[in-house]
Amino acid sequence: MNTWLLILGMLAITFLIRYSFFAWPDLRFPRLVEQGLHYVPVAVLTAIVVPGMLMPGGEWTLRWDNAYLLAGILAIVVAAFSRNLLATIAGGLLSFFLLRWAFGQLPV
Amino acid sequence: MSRSQEFFHGCRDILPLVLGAIPFGIIFGTLAIGAGLSSWQAMGMSALVFAGSAQFIAITLLTGGVGALVVLLTTFVVNLRHALYSAALQPFVRHLPGGWRGPLAFWLTDEAFAVVQHRYAREDDSPNKHWFFLGAALTMYLNWQLSTLVGIAFGQAVPDIASWGLDFAMIATFIGIAVPMMRTRPQVASAVVAGAVALLTWELPYKLGLIAAALAGIVVGVWLERRAEIAARTQGDA
Repeated sequence: MNTWLLILGMLAITFLIRYSFFAWPDLRFPRLVEQGLHYVPVAVLTAIVVPGMLMPGGEWTLRWDNAYLLAGILAIVVAAFSRNLLATIAGGLLSFFLLRWAFGQLPV
Repeated sequence: MSRSQEFFHGCRDILPLVLGAIPFGIIFGTLAIGAGLSSWQAMGMSALVFAGSAQFIAITLLTGGVGALVVLLTTFVVNLRHALYSAALQPFVRHLPGGWRGPLAFWLTDEAFAVVQHRYAREDDSPNKHWFFLGAALTMYLNWQLSTLVGIAFGQAVPDIASWGLDFAMIATFIGIAVPMMRTRPQVASAVVAGAVALLTWELPYKLGLIAAALAGIVVGVWLERRAEIAARTQGDA
């Protein structure tokens, strides 16, 4: 199949999803739904992050040399105490690469 | 605030998230070329689809020789979370004309959603908050194109760039967005349930587990919030 057709298909699907509710400006949500929407960011992001830490590469990796898990926990601690996005990203990435280096997991 | 002030605050507030997306874009550019896409096709995917995780999965699937239909189905499921973002922001953009709502929807990413919903949640009644949205979204878009380009141009020169684990940048970014939002007990419970269900449903095809996990987290959060409301009300009556 033509790659360009695939890209256009992905464009159409992605845009229609993002535009879905913007397309109906007169729509009002019931209170239950509105309450639920408040939980969207936390629930979605956690659902991406947790498997990313415990299953990097798609396999359970509950091991002491799992840098994704250790640096992820450290990033959570930094985020909880500092509530600062930049500090969380910088601290998380720095510890991640130090750990990977210490574990000999970097291709250098 | 004026339009230009809102616009520049949007550009500024999304900068930390832009930082987290750079390695992701570079790896995408690199892997896309590795998967046999031409430079134009790789650039075209970033410019037209503009959805990091879906692009990533598409490339991985293409490398694995999976059919286009599966790629499209996966794109749909992986991006379904954006429908939740679309619903969450709809009350704030519904007064805008279609000429605004269309482009803003096209640029609605995880990162843009995170900073924009934060802006809309602030109490001031600035009429120009959509300019903040535009500034944040455009900054993210421009950065995604540039980092894809860097990956296309230089990615192949770095040995084994995919095994460096640069994808951790996205995990750190999402932690930085999500953790400070967990201020109430229902929010924490919602996160714990979403994380646990995501692990339990990992085996489901097409990343369907992500949607199951998000819905489970939302249901638990609302349930606990309502329970606390009822408890507060009965206490008030007594």
